[in-house]
Amino acid sequence: MRRLILIAVPYIWLLALFLVPFIIVLKIALSDAWLAIPPYVPTLDISAGWAGFKDFLSGLDFENFIFLTEDDLYWKAYLSSLKIAAISTLFTLLVGYPIAYGMAKAPDEWRPTLLMLVILPFWTSFLIRVYSWMGILSQEGYLNQTLMSLGLISEPLIILNTNAAVYIGIVYTYLPFMILPIYSALEKLDASLIEAAEDLGCSRLSAFWLVTIPLSKQGIIAGCFLVFIPTIGEFVIPSLLGGSQTLMIGKVLWEEFFSNRDWPVASAVAVILLLILVIPIILFQRNEQKQREANE
Amino acid sequence: MPQDVFAPWLDPDANPIIQFKNVTKKFGDFAAVDDLTIDIYEREFFALLGPSGCGKTTMMRMLAGFEAPTEGHILLSGQDMAPVPPNKRAVNMMFQSYALFPHLSVWNNIAFGLRRNGLPKDEIAARVDEMLRLTRLEKFARRKPHQISGGQRQRVALARSLAKAPKLLLLDEPLGALDKKLRQETQFELMDIQEKTGTTFVIVTHDQEEAMTVASRVAVMDHGKIVQVATPPDIYETPNSTYVADFIGDVNLIEGKAGAMDGDKLAISWGEGLADIIGTPHTNFDKGQTVYFAIRPEKVTITHDKPANPIAFRGKVLDIAYLGNLSTYHVELPNGQIIKAQTANNRRISRRGFTWEDKVWVSWTDTAGVLLEN
Repeated sequence: MRRLILIAVPYIWLLALFLVPFIIVLKIALSDAWLAIPPYVPTLDISAGWAGFKDFLSGLDFENFIFLTEDDLYWKAYLSSLKIAAISTLFTLLVGYPIAYGMAKAPDEWRPTLLMLVILPFWTSFLIRVYSWMGILSQEGYLNQTLMSLGLISEPLIILNTNAAVYIGIVYTYLPFMILPIYSALEKLDASLIEAAEDLGCSRLSAFWLVTIPLSKQGIIAGCFLVFIPTIGEFVIPSLLGGSQTLMIGKVLWEEFFSNRDWPVASAVAVILLLILVIPIILFQRNEQKQREANE
Repeated sequence: MPQDVFAPWLDPDANPIIQFKNVTKKFGDFAAVDDLTIDIYEREFFALLGPSGCGKTTMMRMLAGFEAPTEGHILLSGQDMAPVPPNKRAVNMMFQSYALFPHLSVWNNIAFGLRRNGLPKDEIAARVDEMLRLTRLEKFARRKPHQISGGQRQRVALARSLAKAPKLLLLDEPLGALDKKLRQETQFELMDIQEKTGTTFVIVTHDQEEAMTVASRVAVMDHGKIVQVATPPDIYETPNSTYVADFIGDVNLIEGKAGAMDGDKLAISWGEGLADIIGTPHTNFDKGQTVYFAIRPEKVTITHDKPANPIAFRGKVLDIAYLGNLSTYHVELPNGQIIKAQTANNRRISRRGFTWEDKVWVSWTDTAGVLLEN
């Protein structure tokens, strides 16, 4: 009995915080938009009993999902989100790996400080940090001022409200999620393995490719998923730093909800987004599982 | 005609494969290796023996190329090694932790070094299979390092470091992680493999038994210096200092004052009311100089009755350490000096006569001990 309760706790948690909201969203996605509060029909009339429930069920249809396939805005937004997420994950890896490597090679007494510095930005509001990037990247921003005063450029660069600004914002925001798993993989790496590789004829560089990279593979995979998954649905960064041509599904979702007040279509967008995310999330879980097994 | 004894260090014409010439290695102010000069010859199994922190590992890491000497030169086959990086040296190392690549199978671990040489595939395969046979690992070729036992991992590490047929193989505490029985078996395997491959082996160890078993010569190190280099029997029977005598095996050390020489014998006075110890010195001692008399416990005879031997002292059995094949008796002499005497237990226990508090005689011959200056 006690074991049953123990097992029940996480399942109830999952039921209450994931499954129930998901069913509500799915239900709205299957409804039709209506000028009312809430802005969709049908709504379940419990007082009408069984007949009311049947009425409710017959009112649900897949119209909104069909609509998503007909208007090319939506699948373009999904594809564009995947592309932006993939590219920014790659950039984050390119920036994050050297930082994690440097941290793992740093003297023991420095490591807690370096780790602290990586986590430190989380102490201020995410929104404020993204706003401050607007101040850096705008035409009269610090970046352009600095570059112009150094004489490197004569015209201010247009970065803000372009995809470049979105990439910068994503790389900056999600960098710790990339650094931490890679660092934890590299920190465990036995230095004598690199010496052994060199002893057996590797140059520094080939030892890095043949030993360091394969042995930090799990960390790289974990870091990439931790950046890629939330980036697909990212809304704040593209809407603050991106321009009108930045097409991301998070923004589309927001506009459907708040500008068009079309809750059913917005819910359908969210359901598809979730289905898209399930694949990388399952892959991520597999990777974690493999890592745990390897450590045993 | 008996077979030639392998002793290139006695041959003045022999060319050493490794020469340390006044090598010093400093870490900050600390000299890990201090003005060290030594020659190691081809096909030798050379052991560096010493307590931790004596500089033996630093010496090995300098040979492998992971550390550069602060002063002096290291020559391999007459060529100065200082500018040669580790990956270009004809030297391979077997690491104390084995340092097997956990993401590669046993087969690929052994092939790792060969692949770096860009050998053709079939040559690599042939060489790896040869190494697997040599180390009896054929059955485990496809396994990953974490799927095999400690002893097997040790053999993979050995196979990997031998695969490239190095001129010189360095072994850093190669058997440290194995239990005692496996260690003894592996010592003989190592000697076997060394003979078969004809490679020069340099082994670092803190285990004197291991060094004595495997090595053609042993160098005893202390504080970055080599105290003595000799064959295992020489280092055991004629240590050149109390440090070596004490480090290698068990020993009774008795401090005394040199008396007058009588022929090739020297009398040492060492305790009030006790007869002088007569020894056979190899060096000159001035009268009145401090002498340390070192004698191994197995060379001390213990008897109930006064022996015919002139060097004999009366004492009382204080402690008995029964080791199965041997027993060590701690005998206290009237001046408080404890003498350890060891006898082989070639009779059953009921037939042996010594027990605690027994009055006994300890004795030895006048050539049994060594006289040391320091």
